[in-house]
Amino acid sequence: MQKIEEMKIQSSADVVLVRQAVRQFAIEVGFGLVDQTKIVTAASELARNTLDYGGGGTVKLETLQEGGRRGLKLTFDDQGPGIPDVDMALKDGFTTGGGLGMGLGGAKRLANEFEIESVVGEGTRVIVVRWK
Amino acid sequence: MDMTHSSKIPEILKIHEADLLSEWNQELIATNTRKGLIKEAELQEECREFLKLLRIAAQSGNLSNIQALEWREVREMLSSISRSRSQKGFTPTETATFIFSFKRPLFDRLRQQLHDSAELGEEVWQATDLLDRLGLLVIEAYQKSREEVILRQQEEMMELSTPVVKLWDGILALPIIGTLDSARTQVVMESLLQKIVETGSEVAIIDITGVPTVDTLTAQHLLKTVTAARLMGADCIISGIRPQIAQTIVYLGIDLTDVTTKATLADAFLMALKRRGTTIARK
Ligand SMILES: Nc1ncnc2c1ncn2[C@@H]1O[C@H](COP(=O)(O)OP(=O)(O)OP(=O)(O)O)[C@@H](O)[C@H]1O
Ligand SMILES: [Mg+2]
Repeated sequence: MQKIEEMKIQSSADVVLVRQAVRQFAIEVGFGLVDQTKIVTAASELARNTLDYGGGGTVKLETLQEGGRRGLKLTFDDQGPGIPDVDMALKDGFTTGGGLGMGLGGAKRLANEFEIESVVGEGTRVIVVRWK
Repeated sequence: MDMTHSSKIPEILKIHEADLLSEWNQELIATNTRKGLIKEAELQEECREFLKLLRIAAQSGNLSNIQALEWREVREMLSSISRSRSQKGFTPTETATFIFSFKRPLFDRLRQQLHDSAELGEEVWQATDLLDRLGLLVIEAYQKSREEVILRQQEEMMELSTPVVKLWDGILALPIIGTLDSARTQVVMESLLQKIVETGSEVAIIDITGVPTVDTLTAQHLLKTVTAARLMGADCIISGIRPQIAQTIVYLGIDLTDVTTKATLADAFLMALKRRGTTIARK
């Protein structure tokens, strides 16, 4: 049975709640400890970017079932300033906020599928999928 | 329509202060469901003080903008009442009743004194408006004092859950449990640095067995702590990096090569002892 949940990301307490919910979903999908940790960590990165750079937004959590395999899909949305150069933002070490600049690239490496859509002045959507 | 200048309320408050006070007091005592929480004498004193300040503020003629300077003393008094009510365990409703129960005596008095129904209507409206605003102020102040309590408890908890312990002469350990969000990390960092100075320690072990997620922000905080400790003359060892966390850190691309890491606190402790030239032998 498919499970969907949408959550707001408006404060760092929300980021903690997102991590907890993603872990719960990952356990339900049947992820082992390593896969759980990977998707939770990716979620933590993207949720914090949504909060810090996107000015807050939402995340949709969905369990996936395709043929015999199961997965977890996370869609982060914000109506923030957008990313002018996505390739640049994905580069390790690139940051405009005094971070390590590893979050976006790291999330991409931690996921099996990664998509980013960003329009300057309109907002950013990042989708990550991790399969079991 | 602005009738502020012609309002009779200031005058009524002045002339009938004593009567208003005794009627209001009766009203409050009758509706006071929490007799154990506040003494009648104390309540009376609060009423008397409030009426006095209300009368003074009302003489300014401004009955609509309670944020103005002339209402400052009223605001301060209500804030302090709200605070003490919330500490005593009153509910927000019980707290706001202090103001709202003054409506009946005041309206009765207006009805008695004013015979023109249009004027009465207008004055009752002004009085309602004023007391509603003051009532809302009470609720806001109540809420604020509650939030302050929560904030203080959070801070206390943050300090409680990050104890720096001395393992050995010159060796400190900081077992971190929970989420390393930035407010907490600040506390962690400060308490560790503080303890390093106090004890003159040379090795500090940061154990993250109890940290469920290590992401880039957590890593950055850890790296900063390690660097700061180094500046104070102490080496840090990070222990308790579980296998799944180690893998994730690699994928994230975080470079921990500059930091000494050990799988367990015990391993880290042995290493720290060795650095200090101490060994443990089985007898
Ligand atoms: N949702 C977003 N909206 C706008 N800009 C974003 C968004 N997400 C990322 N960015 C931009 O991309 C940059 C790189 O993001 P990334 O997560 O890789 O690094 P960071 O957040 O700066 O540091 P950290 O390593 O702590 O995550 C950010 O500094 C920011 O400029
Ligand atoms: Mg980031």
